[in-house]
Amino acid sequence: MSASSNSGAFRIKGAGRLTPARTARFTFDGKTYTALEGDTVASALLAHGVHLLGRSFKYHRPRGILSAGPEEPNALLDVSRDASRRQPNVRATVQEVFDGAKIASQNRWPSLKHDIGAFNDLLSPFFAAGFYYKTFMWPKEAWHKLYEPIIRRAAGLGEAPKEGDTDHYASRYEHCDVLIAGAGVAGLTAALSAAATGAKVILVDEQPEVGGALHFDSSTEIDGKNGFDWAQGVAAKLKAMPNVTVLNRTTVFGYYNHGFLGLAERVTDHLALPSKELPRERLWQVRAKKVILATGSIERHMVFANNDRPGIMLASAARTFLNHHGVAVGRAVAVYTAHDSAYEAAFDLKRAGIDVVAIIDNRQVSGEAVLAEARSLGIEVLLSHSVLDTAGRHRVSSITVARNGEKNSRKLKVDALLVSAGWTPSVHLFSQSRGKLRFDAESDRFLPDIYAQDCISVGACNGTDDLSTLIGEALSAGAEMAGHKGAASIDAIAFAGSNLYEWTGGMIGAAEGAGPDTAVKAFVDFQHDVTAKDIRLAVREGMHSIEHIKRFTTNGMASDQGKLSNMHGLAIASEMLGRPIPQVGLTTFRAPYTPVTYGTLVAHSRGELFDPARKTPMHHLEAAEGAEFEDVGNWKRAWYFPKRGEDMHAAVNRECKTVRDVGGVFDASTLGKIEVVGPDAAQFLNLLYTNAWDTLKPGKSRYGIMTREDGFIYDDGVVGRLAEDRFHVTTTTGGAPRVLQHMEDYLQTEFPDLKVWLTSTTEQWAVIAVQGPKARDIIAPFVEGLDISNEAFAHMSVAECTVMGVAARLFRVSFTGEVGFEVNVPADFGPAVWSAIWERAQSLGACLYGTETMHVLRAEKGYLIVGQDTDGTVTPDDAGYGWAVSKKKTDFVGIRGLKRPDLVRTGRKQLVGLLTKDPNEVLEEGGQIVADPNQPKPMTMLGHVTSSYWSENLGRSIAIALVAGGRDKMGQRLYVPMKDKVIEVEVTDVVFVDKEGGRING
Amino acid sequence: MLLIHCPYCEEERSELEFRWAGEAHIARPENIAAISDEEFAEYFFLRNNEKGVTYERWRHIHGCGRFFNAARDTVSDKFLMTYKAGLPKQPIPAATKAEAIAEEKTVETWEQTEGDAR
Repeated sequence: MSASSNSGAFRIKGAGRLTPARTARFTFDGKTYTALEGDTVASALLAHGVHLLGRSFKYHRPRGILSAGPEEPNALLDVSRDASRRQPNVRATVQEVFDGAKIASQNRWPSLKHDIGAFNDLLSPFFAAGFYYKTFMWPKEAWHKLYEPIIRRAAGLGEAPKEGDTDHYASRYEHCDVLIAGAGVAGLTAALSAAATGAKVILVDEQPEVGGALHFDSSTEIDGKNGFDWAQGVAAKLKAMPNVTVLNRTTVFGYYNHGFLGLAERVTDHLALPSKELPRERLWQVRAKKVILATGSIERHMVFANNDRPGIMLASAARTFLNHHGVAVGRAVAVYTAHDSAYEAAFDLKRAGIDVVAIIDNRQVSGEAVLAEARSLGIEVLLSHSVLDTAGRHRVSSITVARNGEKNSRKLKVDALLVSAGWTPSVHLFSQSRGKLRFDAESDRFLPDIYAQDCISVGACNGTDDLSTLIGEALSAGAEMAGHKGAASIDAIAFAGSNLYEWTGGMIGAAEGAGPDTAVKAFVDFQHDVTAKDIRLAVREGMHSIEHIKRFTTNGMASDQGKLSNMHGLAIASEMLGRPIPQVGLTTFRAPYTPVTYGTLVAHSRGELFDPARKTPMHHLEAAEGAEFEDVGNWKRAWYFPKRGEDMHAAVNRECKTVRDVGGVFDASTLGKIEVVGPDAAQFLNLLYTNAWDTLKPGKSRYGIMTREDGFIYDDGVVGRLAEDRFHVTTTTGGAPRVLQHMEDYLQTEFPDLKVWLTSTTEQWAVIAVQGPKARDIIAPFVEGLDISNEAFAHMSVAECTVMGVAARLFRVSFTGEVGFEVNVPADFGPAVWSAIWERAQSLGACLYGTETMHVLRAEKGYLIVGQDTDGTVTPDDAGYGWAVSKKKTDFVGIRGLKRPDLVRTGRKQLVGLLTKDPNEVLEEGGQIVADPNQPKPMTMLGHVTSSYWSENLGRSIAIALVAGGRDKMGQRLYVPMKDKVIEVEVTDVVFVDKEGGRING
Repeated sequence: MLLIHCPYCEEERSELEFRWAGEAHIARPENIAAISDEEFAEYFFLRNNEKGVTYERWRHIHGCGRFFNAARDTVSDKFLMTYKAGLPKQPIPAATKAEAIAEEKTVETWEQTEGDAR
């Protein structure tokens, strides 16, 4: 058996451009087939006479291959290499066969030939457009639990893969002078003339090789060569030019603002054994100065009864399979057309030895030249005839043909029917660029009219049919877009082209036998099973806008986005509405042109790179000590350090006790840090914080509160003054970026005369907090050149010194209420200093503690956490920090907002402490607080619990809450109603431990 | 994705590098502590949210870091001009404005699509 017969009984010897010796084996639904290299899955299966490829979306009707390109609505398959590299809904007409491919049909059970869902076809009278909306209205609960799961199982297409994708994807940016979308005759010609000027050109085409319509059109000659051969020669020439990039297997899927285009390049999907180095797909984000759209046109099907059987396909598709892949789509083929182009399919097949049963042309007159050629080839042409119906269970077996307007019909036995209603210009990208279309009534098509961006349409997508005109148009467009106007620049490269036949004809809408007076299933949208009847029903039910008709019927809403169906749907609606097409309107084309995988769009941004974690310099040392981490913004912060056998509760209790009894070491590196420098630094901080800073002496620090103009707390933190003109500002962990933005905003736009420089230093410093009675003892041996005794270095002191020989900034500061230091060393030295301090701390009986213990200890002292105890409606006074608002300053951000009537009224919510009556009861944060637990709902809510913990140091629970008029309610009983009980609480001062504050100064 | 001209870098850069920063030409009152509640509300809370040409602030946050002013048509998303912070509101040249109004017509608005159905 020769290789060519191996690759399919329908392979025609001598036809096509594939090499018979180069084969690839793949399986389809478990059966092994041999293909030729360069086959699509569609051409390979057709070569073996396989036409039945899937079941339709709603009615589960048998479906085959309709097209030979990306517009394919029917032949959607599941293609895999292995379980993790599997993709559903792959178009058989796009996917190239590779050796070892595992391909399966979709939406059928138990098998493609015996599909139980096909029962839906018999029930189709109940499944008309809008059926879901009308039938499954009630009961409401049933939608979620019953209807939706059942509908989802019955309808739909492929199944999403369950395993993670093991392929990787790439992404890159590119700039160019001219981007050309489409490498057919128009695109190649435009690329030649643009490239000749020296401009940087990117030529993009979705197919494996250039040529566009020349794949099927065998009768075109250009520059004295066969069209397809000419195209390959041009591509080779362009690829050799340093200023040209030719991208094959790449789809321009989106045309966005300012010449920004999205391209999806399929890098390895056609390879049997792709190198692991290669990405599966690559996203190109191109900024093009000018764009040439040479996107061609797409053939439309005919809308008639049962026009969806396998074996019925577009005439141009059959030509592609024959002329490019060397495959005959049948042995007895008829053509049903309203356009001359389909005649050429009959000619090609006839010359290849295939029986052409008849050309059924529903027009009264066809093109003279094609008619003459048909006669000379002995092909029967039935003008003014239509195909009224088709038969055949899994593939078309006969067609019913009648003269238009007559009842008498005859049946013709066929195994394939080629259809063509004419060509729809691919104006998708033009429309995406926000260009406006106009309807050309003479040719029944929408064409580019008003351009919104620097682009130009050439060739079939511009409605230019004649080849000579097209070449001239593309030559000047290429030169013009590259910035060289005038004939001179293109004369040098001009060439001629010719077609054998000039094409005429075309129709849109339902054909004979599928009119408004019929109830036949004449499919408009194959992928969503929308028939002409459905569109008429939508109009009868009151949908008058094409946008509404589209949504009601879902016409054009499947993954093929109505590339074949939109014009037919529009024409049928227009007829029903009795309004001309331009008045019915066209739905907008949106990106992407064809489906783009998530992998392509996401590229590297997945897994750890999806939202990269920020880690402190000491992260690995904390991990080695067994730390559990929590997410704080993008930071990973050590949460607690459990010892063997400890749960979180036990670990936190131990840490809390140890810090107050002995000491603790804490990683505070995530604190936001901003260096504020300049002669006007103090004045600037005076304006940005509520406190006064000019009174702060160098070597001292102060707790500051920042409000917005509205007077609400925005951020807080300790600010140290290192010198007259230098401040070390700290912010909350999550607040650093917005605080810097806020400061920059005022500095640049409101106070531009101030001489101040702001620098983010968050990552520059590793911050090691040492807290507790032994804190000084722990750090003392490491601090050089600084007296850190309580007398010389009191609470809220700051100094530059060296720690273990490293330039450091030392703060005497406490967020625990104990003696505290924060050692700031350059981030690279953080781990070394941390290790030394921790070793000594450990020997003195101190512990490591995490953010949970930090939270408990600060709550014991009533210290505020912005964003937890405040929520953007809390003023400094509400929080009990009225003392931090300077009364002397004449201006600061928030000074006016704080005087607003609502902010100075009595009864505002204030931060207070809460103690539960039962000391073992820990309140839930967020719990609402009421005065009368027996009040009928809706109850008067006084506020809510903002912080709540078990305090091991006090042996009871503690909580902080925002309570209306809270400071006037000291000692009062309030209630926190929960789902299953009511918790009684007493309002107290917010400071629970060391109310006198003596410990901090120890 | 838009291209935005940074008046400090004097270059057109991708929208990715910028962050919107609210309506432009709202100066913080010099005597802010003394203004009335109404004046404060006008200054801090009320924004025009105009359809069509609007003046707004942008920041070249992933570039030079500068705040600047821009005139943008909110219908077509077209930037008509950008200029440095601190400059008074710049008039839009008649030709640019005419171009902007023409471009508005190419935009698919609710009035043009769903609105038709009424």
